[in-house]
Amino acid sequence: MKILVTVKRVVDYNVKVRVQPDHKAVELNNVKMSINPFCEIAVEEAVRLKEQGVATEIVVVSVGSKACQETLRTALALGADRAIQIEAEDNIDSLAVAKLVAAVAKEETPDLIIMGKQAIDSDNNQTGQMLAALLDIPQATFASEVKIDNGEAQVTREIDGGLQTLAITLPAVVTTDLRLNEPRFIKLPNIMKAKKKPLEVKTPDELGVATSSNITVVSVTPPEERQGGIKVSSVEELVDKLKNEAKVIA
Amino acid sequence: MSILIIAEHDNKTLKAATLNTLSAAEKIGGDIDLLVVGANCQAVADQAANVASVNKVFVADNDVYEHQLAENVSKLVVDLAKNYTHVLAPATTTGKNMLPRVAALLDVAQLSDVVAVVDKNTFVRPIYAGNAIATVTSSDAIKVITIRATGFDAANSEGGNAEIVSLDQVIASEKSRFVGEELAESDRPELTAASVIVSGGRGMGSGDNFKILDGLADKLGAAVGASRAAVDAGYVPNDFQVGQTGKTVAPDLYIAVGISGAIQHLAGMKSSKIIVAINKDEEAPIFQVADYGLVADLFDVVPELEKAL
Repeated sequence: MKILVTVKRVVDYNVKVRVQPDHKAVELNNVKMSINPFCEIAVEEAVRLKEQGVATEIVVVSVGSKACQETLRTALALGADRAIQIEAEDNIDSLAVAKLVAAVAKEETPDLIIMGKQAIDSDNNQTGQMLAALLDIPQATFASEVKIDNGEAQVTREIDGGLQTLAITLPAVVTTDLRLNEPRFIKLPNIMKAKKKPLEVKTPDELGVATSSNITVVSVTPPEERQGGIKVSSVEELVDKLKNEAKVIA
Repeated sequence: MSILIIAEHDNKTLKAATLNTLSAAEKIGGDIDLLVVGANCQAVADQAANVASVNKVFVADNDVYEHQLAENVSKLVVDLAKNYTHVLAPATTTGKNMLPRVAALLDVAQLSDVVAVVDKNTFVRPIYAGNAIATVTSSDAIKVITIRATGFDAANSEGGNAEIVSLDQVIASEKSRFVGEELAESDRPELTAASVIVSGGRGMGSGDNFKILDGLADKLGAAVGASRAAVDAGYVPNDFQVGQTGKTVAPDLYIAVGISGAIQHLAGMKSSKIIVAINKDEEAPIFQVADYGLVADLFDVVPELEKAL
């Protein structure tokens, strides 16, 4: 079984992001970048399926500028077999990314596509679902458990009220939630090995996909800062403040 | 302008998030129709028809739609969507799961988690877990949008008399099958709809200790939530989680107990009207956003607070 995994290069999740003074975008200069945490979980899940003998090959894809090759190398060090960079601007919208990955999927014909449920920069939570729709295949989003059996994926999903389990036929798209697995630490020899694994570069033109968008960002502003309040010294004082000052309890 | 809203429901009750989405649609302006997709869901259609600002209610009531699977529901929505300028759904796990398929099939972009409407083409949405706020404009012929419920007040659920139209289109779900679900049983309000929330963090120490929040929550008619640390430690199930990767809430009163205040937790609750923090570490970041902070051992003051109310 062949698995396709997508990864995105994003601002590291430990970085406190700042908005540019001109309010056009978030400051990305001199900021630490990393693999999107949900994508890292996707790669880990694919590697585990390979270790279990379920999968035979893992192809990892990223859409972005040359810098995303670094992210692809991270995925290769985690255990993916080969990588494809689709050369594009870094901020194209989810539909364009889904079209590009769909074009690659048509060439590679994977049995399973695993993706992060969302990237922690744009927080869109769209690309996996859009890709599944474009390929007319089933999806299981927000996965916390994946079992492959008899040409089917049985996936437990984190939904608002609890957990839901679906059985979907392969090929299919699965998007990862946080509790699906805990990605391994990368060992140094694997970083060395990853440098020798194949990495192919493709362009949107070669794939026959236009990446234009009808969405324009008007402004990006910092959120309203919440002012810290006061410390109270006792439960009695707290109850008094809630009743008489904030008036949120009767 | 004409707007189609995909109703959030459980085949019995129209969920509150639908009413918040309606109020976003009212801000866009124009005729608002509602689509109810489910099985044996006539009661939901009746409730929807009773909402003041609804023009028409479409109902697709068939066993194939019982679990509102994304694959077939998206195709049903696409057929209807072509008659509208805007297609909206609440940004719940159901809406987030299904609506991007609709956008892709319509060959348009989607705007996710919209928290404010500027005009019919321009919308506001948080990015980077709420650490930046983007204003975006769309020139797509059909705007496909998920609405974050906490960004909008609930629309008036009474006084309407909309026409109910049955859709007889049956699209089978051949590639996806529902196997089962484990839903939390609770008499308490849902987290995203509660006006008071009591949340516990790693400081609770164990799942058993979480029970001391129950008495307080019962007194306040509150929902119980948790930080990611408490969920990851296995104290409570995942659906309790408030934060960037869990639920976004904005109640009138949020009481954070034994929660340090990691950025990703704050992203999910900092729009609350009043925040109370109880933590024995006076340096905890949660105090920087709390209106009222109490530096104390939670095991002493939570029972005391319950008694004092």
